[in-house]
Amino acid sequence: MSLDKDTVRKVATLARIKVPDADLDNMAKELSGVLGWIEQLNEVDVTGVEPMTSVAKMKLTMRADDVTDGGDAETVTQNAPEGAHGFFVVPKVVE
Amino acid sequence: MSNLIKGETGEWEVVIGLEIHAQVVSNAKLFSGAATAFGAEPNTQVSFVDAGFPGMLPVINRFCVEQAIKTGLGIEGKVNETSVFDRKNYFYADLPQGYQISQYQQPIVSGGTVQLDMKDGSTRKIGVTRLHLEQDAGKSLHDQHPSQSYIDLNRSGVALMEIVSEPEMRSAEEAGAYIKKLRSILRYLGTCDGNMEEGSLRCDCNVSVRKPGAAFGTRTETKNVNSVRYVMQAIEYEARRQIEVIEGGGEIKQETRLFDPNKGTTRPMRSKEHAHDYRYFPDPDLLPLELDPKWIADLKNGLPELPDARKARYVADYKLTPYDAGVLVAEQETAQFYETVAKGRDPKLAANWVTTELFGALNRTGKAIQDSPVTARALGGLIDLISDGTISGRIAKEVFEAMVETGKEAAAIVEEKGLRQVSDTGAIEKAIDEVMAKNQDKVAEYRAGKDKLLGFFVGQTMKATGGKANPAMLNDLLKKKLAG
Repeated sequence: MSLDKDTVRKVATLARIKVPDADLDNMAKELSGVLGWIEQLNEVDVTGVEPMTSVAKMKLTMRADDVTDGGDAETVTQNAPEGAHGFFVVPKVVE
Repeated sequence: MSNLIKGETGEWEVVIGLEIHAQVVSNAKLFSGAATAFGAEPNTQVSFVDAGFPGMLPVINRFCVEQAIKTGLGIEGKVNETSVFDRKNYFYADLPQGYQISQYQQPIVSGGTVQLDMKDGSTRKIGVTRLHLEQDAGKSLHDQHPSQSYIDLNRSGVALMEIVSEPEMRSAEEAGAYIKKLRSILRYLGTCDGNMEEGSLRCDCNVSVRKPGAAFGTRTETKNVNSVRYVMQAIEYEARRQIEVIEGGGEIKQETRLFDPNKGTTRPMRSKEHAHDYRYFPDPDLLPLELDPKWIADLKNGLPELPDARKARYVADYKLTPYDAGVLVAEQETAQFYETVAKGRDPKLAANWVTTELFGALNRTGKAIQDSPVTARALGGLIDLISDGTISGRIAKEVFEAMVETGKEAAAIVEEKGLRQVSDTGAIEKAIDEVMAKNQDKVAEYRAGKDKLLGFFVGQTMKATGGKANPAMLNDLLKKKLAG
């Protein structure tokens, strides 16, 4: 599968990554290469094989419904670029 | 009963599907150990997982899974022994991970049914497509600062059940009944408190219109409507708007809209270009959720009696009308109250007192039934006084009002105010004689065939006895005396 310039632009927008127009062609080529490499996996016939979700034979671990965390707004917000009254503060996002 | 809406080009049918987000009742969040309580100080119930810190891993809360299973069983859905958590990717300031952990192709519950109780006593079954578990986002406050938004992540990561209905509702009234019934089931199960004001139950309304029998029209989705009344308003408005657009030669755009509670209208959300490209994929941090069939079976055995079953029991055992039974079972507390009142008494009389006088008093005083000024036992005491003839039904209403005001027992009020019913033939006859003596002209008219005057005599005699005369005896004696 090869990606065109527009698709790369769209993916970049979705990922909130700024890609200059001049770089789009090259990036499309590189990403197409990556996809092509991964697509080789399609050559393997996996008919009747259960999808593998983990290398080790593991099951999803669960925890009890106990409050064991939180209660520290200061630490949680301390790396935020801006804060006020315990809130994170961001440029206005209006909907 | 027709649900069709009349337009300029004929009648239209509204097609409604609802997505309900129900906050799971739990101590801790779906994938972290932070608390879920409502109304805490900002960011005091946030773990590093909820704040999307690098390297943090989600660990699922077993109880939240249990709650989802119970809810699935409660709506008669199929609980899937294997389900999968996916990442739903989008950027928003109150979603620190950059994705919401949700379930996409393999939800924990598939299918289900919610039975609507309509006003006329009829019922209608609405299909549920699916129920899945997902994380809630944080909360953005936009009105604290002119150029900034404030973010509180306390709600971030709290477990939600998204319950999606089939597009099978055909009126705002049905949509209202659907939410009420679903909320009632959730409360009976204890899996969601159903509090719409606090946002524990939120509703997205999918609405489209079509000519009866035609294919589905294009739908719009109105987001986050937070009361039953608003849901009904939003649907009414949206249906009429769509009919107007189509009849005016326009087309409906598939879009997301917002409800304005002040105006009762909807308006398009300013959506970004790729807003709906969520790029779901299985969350690599979480293995599939596998449920032991025995666990599901045990939960099924432990389910409480749900509203539909309870309603059927009231109709069968107490001979109540389906409508009254539906009203009484809607809230567990009401049903419990009613059963206490009805125990060993006339169940219909008990139902009447609870649904009319008691509900009226609760409405007036703005109290919930748990804080009722008249307890179930006290109301039972009042009904006993009616049944054994101590007071008439009419006087009972007066006694009830006094009970609401003073909190005293019915018997005490009857004694204090001397309201005991007069069943003494002599006393009633004496009152009748006096009334007849004062109104000889009317007696003559009655005897000349003006039967309607009976009501006048009943009223006057009742008044003369201070309303205390036994109504049946009064009627009998009066008729005899008037007949001469």
